[in-house]
Amino acid sequence: MNAAIMKNNAQLNVYADFPILQQHNRGKPIIYLDSASSTQKPQQVIEAITHFYSHDYANIHRGMYELSERSTTFYEETRTAVKNFIHANHTDEIVFTHGTTDAINLIAQSYGRSTFQAGDEVILSEMEHHSNIVPWYLLKEQMGIVIKVIPVTDAGALDMDAYQQLFSRRTKLVALTHASNVTGVINPAKEITDIAHAHHVPVLFDGAQAIAHILVDVQAIDCDFYVFSGHKLYGPTGVGVLYGKQSLLEAMPPYQGGGGMIETVSFSKTTFASSPQKFEAGTPPIASVIGLQAALQYVNAIGIENIFSHDQFLLNNVEHRFADISGLRIIGLAKPKLGVISFVLDDVHPHDVSTVLDHEGIAIRAGHHCAMPLMERFRIPATARISFGVYNTQQDIDAVVNAIQLAKRLLT
Amino acid sequence: MSLRDLYQEMIIDHGKNPRNKGILSSANHSHIGHNPLCGDKIVLYVFEQNGVVRDIRFEGVGCAISVASASLMTESIKGKTFGEFEKLFDDFHHLVTQGNEKVDMGKLAIFAGVSEFPIRVKCATLAWHTLKAALVDDSKSISTE
Repeated sequence: MNAAIMKNNAQLNVYADFPILQQHNRGKPIIYLDSASSTQKPQQVIEAITHFYSHDYANIHRGMYELSERSTTFYEETRTAVKNFIHANHTDEIVFTHGTTDAINLIAQSYGRSTFQAGDEVILSEMEHHSNIVPWYLLKEQMGIVIKVIPVTDAGALDMDAYQQLFSRRTKLVALTHASNVTGVINPAKEITDIAHAHHVPVLFDGAQAIAHILVDVQAIDCDFYVFSGHKLYGPTGVGVLYGKQSLLEAMPPYQGGGGMIETVSFSKTTFASSPQKFEAGTPPIASVIGLQAALQYVNAIGIENIFSHDQFLLNNVEHRFADISGLRIIGLAKPKLGVISFVLDDVHPHDVSTVLDHEGIAIRAGHHCAMPLMERFRIPATARISFGVYNTQQDIDAVVNAIQLAKRLLT
Repeated sequence: MSLRDLYQEMIIDHGKNPRNKGILSSANHSHIGHNPLCGDKIVLYVFEQNGVVRDIRFEGVGCAISVASASLMTESIKGKTFGEFEKLFDDFHHLVTQGNEKVDMGKLAIFAGVSEFPIRVKCATLAWHTLKAALVDDSKSISTE
């Protein structure tokens, strides 16, 4: 990408790529600060999907005709693009799912149910999103596994000493978020994996947040599973990725049955395709997969390192500016962290903060962020959260600071 | 629609200094309400005699809208029968979703601005749903979802 994408001070200049941001929210220019929930889509992704439906669409892996071949080629090219993006070893290690949640459920129901026994233990942490808690809770109900939880420090980091103490002969999996969707704190993935592997325990990382901000190299981390969603990475909803080491995926039974995942079917005996097709039953969200490819191209063109620098520039700016607002407390100051900042204001509930900001054209998230155990940990019912994408600017932070001051004047 | 239309002085006052806050030891009905959207929780205590709400208190934390709504609801419900409450509940729901008064709502009319922010209707009605559940003596906790 040309030099125009970078402004001074490590700031990106790609706002114009996002048509949705060229409009107003409650009569004011939109300032979108909820990318941790879902990112907006650049024109390049929107056009790729439109172009695909206009020129190349047909079902994949089915038709003996040119359109289907073309569609299949683009679909499988995306698998290669994902493999390269996360530095996997082989395309067979990339399974398309419907999202992060779907991928974790797949691992729980396929890997978990086929290898765990009652009394076996899974290690999670206090900072997990509900999507990395509830699938394991379901397994607990279904087969009596035991959930162990790594505590989080006051600064919002994993208590690594406590983590090491949680292993036992029954530990069968470590399933952790790569970075918190509430505090943005990035977990030491390689160290976590090394410790688990020393106990011969595989590791799953929930990369829903990390994937859009930092370089992910699954071979360098050496994790066994890595999952993420397309829609938090400037791609469409409905598509996610499960990375799994080939030996694990090959040994796992299918998650769902249907077309596309079989070798032969009869009423007495069905044999399954090998991975990744084994896990992709039914017609997948083909156009969303194509859109994901465009999103990866978009991110690659900017450069994930540039995105991280931009993110850190904005993060430092927010931390600096927020320090001057009396009664404001940031939840989770541990470093390193992504550009995801949760805060609480004395005497103003996060919902009211969010409504005042909304009125000023600023979209943020307020609530428990699907992380009720972490809210409990910090003894707060909710936080207000701002989170950055490539389109955010320093001016957005000025607007947030002004709106927070307005909320304080209005409500205290 | 200005923010002041939503956050009127009386809402801010009741949000900061809620009336009828605390545990009611004489309560013969109580109920817990949740708003899973934001994690807010409210507990309502009611002392009822011959179908009339004689006393009512609440506990919990929440946004200015939900606390003010709980506070003003407790003020307006004392001395009312279950039937009168149900009528008021319907009128209040109409107010916060349609933005106008079907009947004279008195002080409660200040919540009309909530209708401009549909996502906040759940905040404004949490206490009301919880009271409704308390009075029909449903033993389960309720949620606005």
